[in-house]
Amino acid sequence: MSWVTGVGLTPFGELPHSSTLHLMSDAAQAALDDAGLERGEIDGLICGYSTTMPHLMLSTLFAEHFGIRPRYAHVMLVGGATGFAMAMAAHLVVESGAARHILVVAGENRLTGQGRDSAIQTLAQVGHVDYEVPFGATIPAYYGLVASRYMYEHGVQERDLAQLAVLMRLNALMHPGSHFRSPIDVEAVLASTPIASPLKLLDCCPVSDGGAAFIISRDLTRAHNVKIRGAAQAHTFQHVSAAPSLSQFGAGASSAEALAAARVTLADIEYAAIYDSFTITLAILLEEIGLAPRGGAGKLAAEGHFSHDGKLALNTHGGLLSYGHCGVGGAMAHLVETQLQLTGRADGRQAGSPRLALLHGDGGVLSSHVSMVLEAP
Amino acid sequence: MQTGLVQTMNETNRTRGWIDGERAIVFQRCETCAHSWYFWRTFCPNCGASEPESLKASGSGQVYALSMVHRPPSQELRAHVPYLIVLVDADEGFRLMAHGESSLTIGDRVQARFVEFGPRLMPFFGRTSVSD
Repeated sequence: MSWVTGVGLTPFGELPHSSTLHLMSDAAQAALDDAGLERGEIDGLICGYSTTMPHLMLSTLFAEHFGIRPRYAHVMLVGGATGFAMAMAAHLVVESGAARHILVVAGENRLTGQGRDSAIQTLAQVGHVDYEVPFGATIPAYYGLVASRYMYEHGVQERDLAQLAVLMRLNALMHPGSHFRSPIDVEAVLASTPIASPLKLLDCCPVSDGGAAFIISRDLTRAHNVKIRGAAQAHTFQHVSAAPSLSQFGAGASSAEALAAARVTLADIEYAAIYDSFTITLAILLEEIGLAPRGGAGKLAAEGHFSHDGKLALNTHGGLLSYGHCGVGGAMAHLVETQLQLTGRADGRQAGSPRLALLHGDGGVLSSHVSMVLEAP
Repeated sequence: MQTGLVQTMNETNRTRGWIDGERAIVFQRCETCAHSWYFWRTFCPNCGASEPESLKASGSGQVYALSMVHRPPSQELRAHVPYLIVLVDADEGFRLMAHGESSLTIGDRVQARFVEFGPRLMPFFGRTSVSD
């Protein structure tokens, strides 16, 4: 058994003079305070990579900087899936007995720490260096390819995808730490600058500075601890050219296995935290997991189904699309928000009193999948 | 040879078509399991058999997916935007990324030619017939 005993999150956005270690430290301290733990009680450390600080030994570098001496430490790199993959690894490690309280942390000044072209080129390298990158492909282009096929097969319109961007922005307006702070509507999404068709600027998450952390523990530390009921992964390919299917990416298999491990069903889920690097990412994941019918995610969002006062609240902090995306910390913010929702601590964003949450993250081009089920105390 | 020690595969004889400057799309096929694929390797990723054959593709296929890129990854490519990136299902049974005519739609039958993009020749697909 394991518990998410503390969470910490910085604001995301343009944070001048921030650095990887600074953002990691701020988030880590907040998570320690939330768990009611001291530095000396942390005996495990799992860190996410940082593109602005590509150090060989980021976990021990951070341990020295932050002032902890863990018995177990390493970095993980599975793209956008890293945050939940670290949470799953920490869950397994504390269950094994190798550590008692694991600090999971990531932070990056991805926006202000490098030029915009540099960020876009670094990210495009998830494509094949010989067979894809030379075509001038970018992450939005890989997802644009996916979107074109998915929309063709399932009758999705650009207007449907825009509904998801609007929902994430509405959610972000209720969070004081979000990157984007002004409302948008469907027409604004449709009229935004073309990036890689059919994706436009407001279909894409921003590049942000930010950090996030949580503590995964073998035992409860406080009343507001959340139980990890199950976790599972699926890794089906790396490059979009080599994807076996652009409708079945692995999210369905991964989430089904996590639900089975938790001995619950999709119908039991009362809060959803789903990776949303692009509107199409969120649509496909919701639909492949089964939280919306094929081609129907945008319509459900427009009807209020996924709103914080709807049937299944989704990414109530605003997700990657509007809270922001600082790399590994981006998806970790989804877990932080889930912890707050399950413990009734999400302030004005509180979505009733959910008992069970499903989290799903993806890395690459919908190629690496991690699902988790968390339960309220 | 010592137990457990393997001879590393020789990658100097690789033939990858346009990537190595030829006017050709090269794919590989396994003579053991008949699997076909695009990314060059010294073994079959399906069954592990060694020494797969490398073959030149006909260059004909069907558009599977497409995206018009308006925001390029670098300053050097800014002169080329917008450009269409396509995924094409080659008739030989593998999928590849390439460029294509801006008017292509999913399902179109297409044929490759080779066009300069930056410093190199790269496959570019034009329509031979529209989708059904």
